[in-house]
Formats: sequence, C-alpha cells, structure tokens
Amino acid sequence: MQGERKIRVLIAKPGLDSHDRGAKVVARALRDAGMEVIYTGLRQTPEQIAETALQEDVDVIGLSILSGAHKALFPRIMQLLEEKGLSDIMVFAGGIIPEEDITEMKKTGIKEIFGPGTPTDTIIQYVLNNVPKRT
Amino acid sequence: MFDGEKIKEIERQRERWENTTLPKWTRQSPERKSEFRNHSSMLIKRVYTPEDIEKLSYMRDLGFPGEYPFTRGVHATMYRGRLWTMRMFAGFGTAADTNKRFKYLLKEGESGLSTAFDYPTIMGYDSDHPMAKGEVGICGVAISSLQDMEVLFNGIPLDQVTTSMTINGPSPMLLAMYVAVGDKHGVPREKLGGTTQNDNLKEFFAQKLCIFPPKSSVKLTTDIIEYCARHLPKWNPVSISGYHIREAGANAVQELAFTLYDGIAYVESTLERGLKVDDFAHRLSFFFASHSDFFEEIAKFRAARRVWAKIMKERFHARNPRSMWMRMHIQTSGCTLTAQQPLNNIIRTTVQALAAVLGGTQSLHTNSFDEALCLPTVESATVALRTQQIIAYESGAANTADPLAGSYYVEALTNEMEEKAMDYIQKIDDMGGVIAAIEKGFFQKEIADSAYRYQREIDEKKRIIVGCNEYMIKEEKYPIELLRIDPRVEKEQVARLQKLRRERDNKKVKEVLEKLHYAAEKDENLMPTIIEAVKAYVTLGEITEVLRKVYGEYKELIVI
Repeated sequence: MQGERKIRVLIAKPGLDSHDRGAKVVARALRDAGMEVIYTGLRQTPEQIAETALQEDVDVIGLSILSGAHKALFPRIMQLLEEKGLSDIMVFAGGIIPEEDITEMKKTGIKEIFGPGTPTDTIIQYVLNNVPKRT
Repeated sequence: MFDGEKIKEIERQRERWENTTLPKWTRQSPERKSEFRNHSSMLIKRVYTPEDIEKLSYMRDLGFPGEYPFTRGVHATMYRGRLWTMRMFAGFGTAADTNKRFKYLLKEGESGLSTAFDYPTIMGYDSDHPMAKGEVGICGVAISSLQDMEVLFNGIPLDQVTTSMTINGPSPMLLAMYVAVGDKHGVPREKLGGTTQNDNLKEFFAQKLCIFPPKSSVKLTTDIIEYCARHLPKWNPVSISGYHIREAGANAVQELAFTLYDGIAYVESTLERGLKVDDFAHRLSFFFASHSDFFEEIAKFRAARRVWAKIMKERFHARNPRSMWMRMHIQTSGCTLTAQQPLNNIIRTTVQALAAVLGGTQSLHTNSFDEALCLPTVESATVALRTQQIIAYESGAANTADPLAGSYYVEALTNEMEEKAMDYIQKIDDMGGVIAAIEKGFFQKEIADSAYRYQREIDEKKRIIVGCNEYMIKEEKYPIELLRIDPRVEKEQVARLQKLRRERDNKKVKEVLEKLHYAAEKDENLMPTIIEAVKAYVTLGEITEVLRKVYGEYKELIVI
C-alpha cells in the first residue's frame, strides 16, 4: 500500500512578513501535481512549524520567507526538527534570500533554495526527485 | 460623441477594410497570437474606432479637468500647475539610519516623505518582543516609542514636508507619535500634513498584516478618520489601497473594484459616527499599483476617478465637489520586477511610472531596480527618483492634462474597467458588504486564483517576462551591490528601548495604560488617549497589548 501514499508537503511561512503569494502558488502547484499539501498560514514560529511537521507526518517542508529574517529563523527550525527526530524530512526554501546567504543556510540542512522567478515545474520536479523514501 | 450616420459610415468602411486590406496582411504575416488579452483578461481588439465609444458623452463621462466626474484629473491645471509629489518609500535600520536617508532623498529633490516600518512595528510588537527576533530594522525602520520617532524626524520641517506612513493596525499609535513630534517642534496641528495608510480592510485579504479582528480594525480606522476631521484638517487619515491587492495577485479590475469597495465601507463606518459626508470625504485618499500593461493601467486610473465620483455623488449624496475627488498615490509594481538581470527593472519602472503620470496621479513612488533582491541602496533609490524627474522635466508628458483622452482604445478600456468594477461592487453589495465577503473568503479566493493563473501563464510562456522566462543569461552573477542590515541595529535598538523603560515615569505609564483599557472597553475614540500615552513614552507594543486584550487577535482564514 506504501506506493499509494501521496507525498505530504508542509508549506510554512516563518517570520513576520506576510508575502504569501509565492507560498500559495507553490502550494497549489504541488497539489495540482498530485501531492498532499498543508499550508500553515502566516507568522509561524519555528516551534509551531516543527510541531505541525510532526503532527502532519510530512515528507517535505517548503519554507517561504521574504522578510530577511531567515538567518535567525532557518537554523532554529532545522535544530527543532532534529530534536524531534524529523531529520529525514526534506526541507527546501524560497523567497528573498541573498545569494551570499545560501551556502550558510544550506549548511543547516536545507537542501535547496529557490529564488524569485523559479518556474513551479522546477520545484515540482525537485520535490519528486528528492523526496525521502519511506521506510 | 458621434452622430449615427457617421458611425454607420465608419462601420461600413471597417467591414470593407476587414474584407479587403486586412486579409492581404494576415495572409502575408499572421498575427502573433490567436487572441490578445490584458492582465484583466479583457479581449483586446485589433483596432479601435469611433464605433467603440459611440455612446461616450464628453460632458457626462469625461468633462474638464478639475470638474465632475474628474475622469481627466482632479486639478484643473494638472501638472502644469504643480507636479505630482515624488514620494519615495524608505525605511531601514534604526531611526537614525532612516533619518539620514530621508534627508538625502529630500536633498536630491523628492517632495514628500514615505515611511517603511519594520515588521515588528507593523505588527505592533516592540523591538525586544520574542516575535521580533531577527526582524528589527530589516524590512523597514524600527519604531517602538516616541523616542524613536523624535530621531526619525529630527531636523525635518514638519510644516513644510508631508509624510506618508505605511502602517495599518498600529496607525493610531504612529499618528499619535507624529502629532507628538509636531507638538515638540512647535508645528500647529492644523499644519501637519501627511497620510496614514490605515486601511485595515485590505489587510484581511491582501497585505495580511492584521492584528485585530475585522470589526475592531474598522473601528480603529474610523477613529482616525473622525479624529482628523475634527483636529487634523490637512491629514489624510486613510490611504485606501489597491496596491497590496494587486501585488497579492489580483488583476487590474479586481484591484480597482475591491479598493473602491473598501472606500465605500469606510464612508459608511464614518457616517455612523454622526459625521456628514462632506465633513470628511475630501480627505480620503487612494493608493494604486501601476503594473506593466501600459494602457490597461491608464484606463484603470481614469476609471477609478470616475467611478468614485459617481459613488460619492449618487450613493452618498456628497455635495462638495472635493468630496468626489479621488486623489491617488501610485507605486510601480514590485511583483513585476525580476531578480534576473536587475537593471532591466529600471525600464519596467519607467513604463509603469509613465502610465501613472498619464493616468493623472497626485503622488508617485518608483521602485528600485534591486527590489526583488533587497531594500534599495542609495544608488538604486537615486535612479528610481531620477526616473520620475526625467518623466517630469524631459518627456513632455506633464505639459497637458490627461493627454490620452479621446483615444478610442483608452476610452473604450476606461469604460470596460468601469463596467467590470461596477459588476464586482454589485456582487459584494449582494454578499452583504466587505466584512461578509472577507469572512466567506471571497476576495482571498479571487486573488489566489488570479495569482495562480498569472504564474501558469509565465510558466507556460504565454506571458513573456524578459530575462526571466525568455532571453535568460546562464550563470548570471548579480552585477549590483545589495543593501545589508548590520546585526548591530537590533542590539542597539533593544538596548535603547530597555533604557527608556527604566528611565521614564512608569507610574504615569501604568495610569495611562489603565485609562486606555477603559476607553477601549467603552468604545470611545481612542486617539486622544493614545496621544497622551505616547507622550508619556508608553511603547507601541504596550499600547497594542492592551488593545489585543480588549479586541482579541485575528486568526487568519486560510484560502489557497
């Protein structure tokens, strides 16, 4: 039966910014591509995001932030996921994240960062290719 | 505009043209697309003729500039008299950092200030609140108390410059701080000019920086409208905003209609306070986006003025023509700008800014070319300001009022904008008004659908974005310098705030907060008490906290 389980994705908005256009478009594109998508809504704390990921038993998390607070929030989210034993979840991010911060953010365990102008198909393909296998 | 005989002759000639000249051309070079549409999905014709504006009546539908229905502009001389206000949205770091940028922009020729606050300020949190971590001074300037506001406007003559503040939930607090700074500078309150955005309704479906539930939010918006009508005659208490509706994904018609409807709601909520429409309507101001489809945008601005004038006259029975004026600020569209090949954004902004000027705006912000990457640097903000100055002084576009009036295309589009906006207004009326529509998720769904459609068009290359989905450069390196906010900003800001808390008269603080709590529970107009509070250096966060207790917090209705 395992093969029939849809990929479960959490699209999360950490930080105080309210630019949710991109997050919603990505959520809808992944849903249209056959995935189960949960969207957190705005202004989620790292604790709320990690808890939702646990409760919803997701395979993938997409973090969207445009406020510039990623340096404070992303490492915290990744740390909390690890503490909850959720390190196998594949995490990607999007929004406005300057190129020079990308390496640092990836060191925290974030697999990929998609900047403005990324086609939704690129994100769908990336998720399909990188979703962790369920054991 | 045209008599029946002439129209019939044009119709005959058009049919002849379609059967003779046109086919020769389409056989030789077929049209690029099977149909052409604008952002609002209106079908655009091959060519427009007098047939398309057969029913247009010059005096009824256009009139003269400065006269009803104001299609051609709210001022009789338009930019021949005074140019639009060049108002660059600015704010980052500490109040001192932004004060320096303000002075630079004024020195370089901008004619009005516009303040960007950071997210903690916008959400009513002080800089040392746990939710503020990592956000202080990043996307705007951090203002937690009157102390910061004093630094922000230090050395700026508040009786000579008008100031716009992009703030919604905490508008009463920021306006109170501005009034307090004005009092300290010795500027009479009747001379304080500027704008608080204070449009809380659009927050629920567009900008989504909501603090309180809808009814309490409208109450606070209305408190400011009422207070200004009585005490701050030159202040625009609200900037009814389509910009964020558009940026969230709406098309031009939706932006226009939803904004107008928010305006209707504020007029109604203020009338309920016992004011007469002509006591306050002349101070209502509007704020739109200027997107990339040049003629669609111009038509939208012209239609906006005409529809609002009609609403004020016919729906609210305003008598003073100034109550029927729609004065607008326009910002070029941030969401059209690309991270790829950022210098191309200068061109996009120029086209959008020209549409705003040809559309008759009163005030304009032009986005910087690094918009998709960071907050503007001094260099990018200067180029953006220069763009306006070149349009103003070199293009000749400011030499006559409403230069595109009478264009068959522009007038037909203006009419279509009006009709489609009126259809939406009827629909929202039928739903029971704006709050009912928010609670149903109506606006949220409309906007999310449009945003998704727009993205699909880009992904499928039905919509070409130069440098983004066509004419890309592989391995592109940003050729530009980005503005970064030093982490010292948060530390310094928090230290200064905590020092203030230790040194102020905390007994007075406690008293005025209790008074505020009481006034909020009694549903009084809160402006006088909030002015008293900020003068006692009660912080933004402390005031908001009291109001959160009384009004509760808004829980987002999620619509994907």
